[in-house]
Amino acid sequence: MGKLTGIEVSIACSEAVTLCDVDVIAAYPITPQTHIVEHLSEQVAEGHLDAEYIKVESEHSAMSCCVGSSAAGARTFTSTCSQGLALMHEIVMIASGLRLPIVMAVATRTLSAPLSIWGDQSDVMSERDSGWITIFAENGQEVFDLTVQSFRIAEDERVLFPVMLCLDGFHLSHVIEPIELESKEDVQAWLPPYKAKYRLDPDNVLSMGAFAMPDYFSEIKKQQNEALRGTLPVIKEVFKDFGDRFGRYYEPVTRYQTEEAETIIVMAGAFAGTARLAVDTMRAAGKKVGLVTIKVFRPFPFEEITEALAGAKTAVVIDRALSVAGPGGPMASEIRSALYHEQKKPAVVSMVGGLSGRDVFQEQFIELVERAEACVASGKIPQYEMFGVRE
Amino acid sequence: MELPTWKTINHACIVFEAGNSKEYLTGDWRSMRPEREDAKCVKCGECWMYCPDAAIYQDEQGYYAVDYDYCKGCGICARECKHGAITMVEESE
Ligand code: SF4
Ligand code: SF4
Repeated sequence: MGKLTGIEVSIACSEAVTLCDVDVIAAYPITPQTHIVEHLSEQVAEGHLDAEYIKVESEHSAMSCCVGSSAAGARTFTSTCSQGLALMHEIVMIASGLRLPIVMAVATRTLSAPLSIWGDQSDVMSERDSGWITIFAENGQEVFDLTVQSFRIAEDERVLFPVMLCLDGFHLSHVIEPIELESKEDVQAWLPPYKAKYRLDPDNVLSMGAFAMPDYFSEIKKQQNEALRGTLPVIKEVFKDFGDRFGRYYEPVTRYQTEEAETIIVMAGAFAGTARLAVDTMRAAGKKVGLVTIKVFRPFPFEEITEALAGAKTAVVIDRALSVAGPGGPMASEIRSALYHEQKKPAVVSMVGGLSGRDVFQEQFIELVERAEACVASGKIPQYEMFGVRE
Repeated sequence: MELPTWKTINHACIVFEAGNSKEYLTGDWRSMRPEREDAKCVKCGECWMYCPDAAIYQDEQGYYAVDYDYCKGCGICARECKHGAITMVEESE
């Protein structure tokens, strides 16, 4: 049983990283990720964590350092968001191509322009093809728990992929919540020290990042693709093992009040907390509404999502990211595509909002459900709509 | 040579043998080859220093000779030689 503590979520994330006894942290501060790395630099400076904290001059360098340290066999952590993640992009792809088990917390924030420091999921959605395991936390406890689990998932020899753990900038990163913090002994008993299967070692030489000609490249990419798809059972196994040890169980896709639900809200991240309240209100009023939250976004949990939505008539997918003039919210278009060949499937209504830190209130979720149901009833379903925008 | 499949190819394209790039003879990329005239060469070694492919070596007589297995024919040696001892010649000739 952990110790229930009132703590800022960013600090809880850093505490989890400390408990995981990382060897190297390379990071560049950027709002709203700052508290995570600031606290980690204190942990190192004050001797609570025996790690190298590399102060880099940009996020591009941060991820480059992480690639180097992870390739050398060190347990490696970084954190960023928004423009920082965009600047890292080139190396983000390399980390996954090289199958390096780096863990990165992303305090999700929008992308410029216009310049904004506030939260949404545009940054992470721009990395969705980068080959990282991508996990969304919904509250502070999940951030703490999933940070610990991310290392175990990433480092499993059946996985060996980097993990991006997303926590909504400000709405999660900057709030204080009661969080059960586990002890160092318990965490370290559950997460053994990292022993790299492949690493750069002068006594046992190998090369990573070699050049591949066209007659090799596609085989390497297919291997990476199949390997990432194959991580879902391991992720579930780790979630189960964590639950058995610490009592808090996770699922790639979480269902709330979905039994006999006619309409299901689908989303990822902290705003699902408000959606849950809206579902309670609607259920109390006799409306059959449920909520599905996506915890593991990559590898995409096709089966879990199609199963969770099979019985509903309408799925209203809420994206806090816009694919400008594209096919809708990124999550909605993926879900729509995943459901396309299913016999039993709901109509997918894509709603984009909550951009750049704009709140989505309980009443709005209720309005969104009503709007989506009306679209489906009329048979005129838009590709997507932006909600909460002044007309 | 039978090429590996996605199942048999090395994990993440890791190369386990050290220095195996030697097996890859890049000389066949060349369309022009450098040719040296002994009479003009003063054995200064500048071509050896500039060659980006380390394809120049010193032979027993002290001349700097080209290893055509790895020379890509870039022409840098010919350009840098102050004594006009290296000429680039079309491979087709
Ligand atoms: S640079 Fe010219 S002169 Fe000097 S060693 Fe090379 S070929 Fe001979
Ligand atoms: S042509 Fe280029 S590669 Fe060939 S020996 Fe000269 S410098 Fe080296």
